[in-house]
Amino acid sequence: MKRGRKEGIAERVFAASTLIAALAMPFVIAAIFYTLWQAAYPAMEKFSVGHFLISTDWDPVRDSFGALPNISGTLVITFLSLVFSLPLSLGIAIFVTEIAPNPLKGIVATAIDLLAAIPSVVYGMWGLFTLSPLMGSYIEPALKSIFAPLPVIGLLFEGTPRGLDILTASVILSIMLIPYAASITRESLLMAPSMVKEAAYSLGATKWEVIKGVALPHAKVGILSGIFLSLGRALGETMAVAFVLGNNHRIPTSLFSAASTITVTLANEFTEADKEIYLSSLFLLALILFVISFFSLIIAKFLLLKERER
Amino acid sequence: MRRNNGKKIRKTIGFVALTFCSLAAGLGLFWLIFILGDVLRQGFGALNVALFFQDPFPPGEEGGGLRHAFVGQLLITSTAVLIALPIGILGGTYLAEYGRGKRISHFLSILTDTFVSIPSIIVGTFIYALCVKPLGHFSAWAGSLALAIIMVPIISRTTETMLSLVPWTMREAAFALGAPYYKVIVQVVYRGALRGIFTGTLLSLARVAGETAPLLFTSFNNSFFSLKMGEAMASLTVSIYQYALGPYSDWHDKAWAASLIITATVLLLTIIGKIVLPGGKSKR
Repeated sequence: MKRGRKEGIAERVFAASTLIAALAMPFVIAAIFYTLWQAAYPAMEKFSVGHFLISTDWDPVRDSFGALPNISGTLVITFLSLVFSLPLSLGIAIFVTEIAPNPLKGIVATAIDLLAAIPSVVYGMWGLFTLSPLMGSYIEPALKSIFAPLPVIGLLFEGTPRGLDILTASVILSIMLIPYAASITRESLLMAPSMVKEAAYSLGATKWEVIKGVALPHAKVGILSGIFLSLGRALGETMAVAFVLGNNHRIPTSLFSAASTITVTLANEFTEADKEIYLSSLFLLALILFVISFFSLIIAKFLLLKERER
Repeated sequence: MRRNNGKKIRKTIGFVALTFCSLAAGLGLFWLIFILGDVLRQGFGALNVALFFQDPFPPGEEGGGLRHAFVGQLLITSTAVLIALPIGILGGTYLAEYGRGKRISHFLSILTDTFVSIPSIIVGTFIYALCVKPLGHFSAWAGSLALAIIMVPIISRTTETMLSLVPWTMREAAFALGAPYYKVIVQVVYRGALRGIFTGTLLSLARVAGETAPLLFTSFNNSFFSLKMGEAMASLTVSIYQYALGPYSDWHDKAWAASLIITATVLLLTIIGKIVLPGGKSKR
C-alpha cells in the first residue's frame, strides 16, 4: 500500500516534469516575442512602426532610425538566393530520385546534405577570401560587359563590381539553402506512387514526361514547403552574408551595390549601440525579423503536414 | 514521318531537362568540394601545435594560438548540452508518451519543429535583453543559454521520433508486470531508444557547434584565457569572425585553421549521427 502511494507520487512528478519541459518551447517563443516587444517599445513609441518601416534614414548620430534599407536588403538578397537555389535544389532532387544509378543516389544525397553542416561563419569566411575576389575580378566584370548595354536589365549591373555586394552575398546564401529545399523535394518526389509512373511509361511517355507529369505534381505541396523553409532560413542567415555585404545602409539599386540586411545590422551594431533609442531600434529590427521568419516557417510546416496527410 | 519527328522533339526535350538536373547535382557537389577543399588547403597550412596550447599574442604580433577560444568553445557548448539535454528529453517524452495522440502534443510538436529553423541571431538578441543587459556584462552563461535554447527543440523532436519507434507491445509487457508508467518509460522505453536519443544529441551538438550569431552578444569575446563562466569568454566561431575581418594576415591564417577544426568537428558529428541513427533517415 505504502509503496503504491510512493509510486503514485513519483509517477505524477515525472509526468508533470515532462509536461513542463514540453511547454518550455511555446513559453520561450512567447518570452522572445514579449522581451523583444518590451525592448523595442521606446523605438515604436518614438518613430511609430509604420514610419520605421518606410523611413530610409539610419543615422545613429542624429538618433534617426528607419528600417527600409535593411528590410529591402534582406528581401532582395532572400529573393535572389531563392531564385539561384530553387532550380538547383529541384534539379538535384530529381537527379537523386529519378536519374542517378542506385549506388550514386545515397552518396549524392548525403553529400548535398553535408552542405547544411558547414558552419555559416565558414561560408562567410570562404566568401570573403575566395569567392568575393573571384566574383569581383572575373565573374562580375564579365556579367557587366554582357548585360550592361541592354536596356532596363542593364540598370541592375550599374556600378563598379567589387565582389563585396548583393550578388556575391546571394550566391553564398543560395549555396547554403540548396540542401533544405533539396531534401524536402527529394522526400516528396519519392512519395509519388510508382504504379502511376509505370502506367505513364506504358503509355509511351519519356522519362522526363513521367517526372513532369506524375512525380512533380505529386510533390507540388512538398516543393512549396521547401520554398517557405528556404525563405525562413534565408531571411535569418547572418554570418554568411555579414562578411561580404559591405554594411551600407542604403536601398540597393544594382546587383553590385553594397547593402545591409536586418541580421547584418544586428550583428555589427548591437554591441556598439550606446544610446537607448539606438538599441531599441535594433530590437525593433529583430522583432520584425522574428515575426516574418516565424510566419514563413509556420507556413512551410503546415504545407508539409498537409502533404504528408494525403 | 511527322509522328517520328514529334517523338524526336519529345526525346530531345527530355534529354535537355535530365541533363540540366544532372548538371545541378554536379554543381551542388562542386560547391561542396570547392568549399571543403579550400578550407582544408588553407586551414591545414596554418595548423600548428601552438594553435592549441598558446594564448593569443597582442594584435599584430605573429605567433601565439587560440587556446582561449578552444577552451571557451568547449565550456560554452558542453554547458549548453547539460542545460538542453534534460529539458529536450523530458519534452520529447511528453510529446511521445503522455501526450500521445492528444491535440496539445500535436500542436507542441509543430511549434517545436518550427523553432528549429528560427534565426539564431534572434535568440542572441533575446538572451541579451534577458541576461546581459540587466546584469550589465557579457557572460559565458548567457552564451550557453542561447545555444541551449537552439538545442532543446532538436533533441526534443528526435527523442519524440525515437520513442515512438519503440514498439507499444514492449510497454504493454512492462505494464503487465505491474510497473507504473514512469518506470516503463525510464527502464524500458528509454533503453530501447537510447541510440536514437544519443544521435539526436550529437546532431544538435553539430548544429550549435558552428553557431556564431547567438554568441556575438552573449558570451561576446575575450582576448585572454578565462575559465570564469560569469564573464565574457572567447569561442572559436566568434574568433573566426573577429580574426577574418581583422587586418593581419597572421590572423587570417588562424581563422582558416580554426575554420578547419570547427568544420571537421561538425562534419564528423553529423556523419556519425547519420550512420548511428536507426533507420538512417535524416529528420527535420
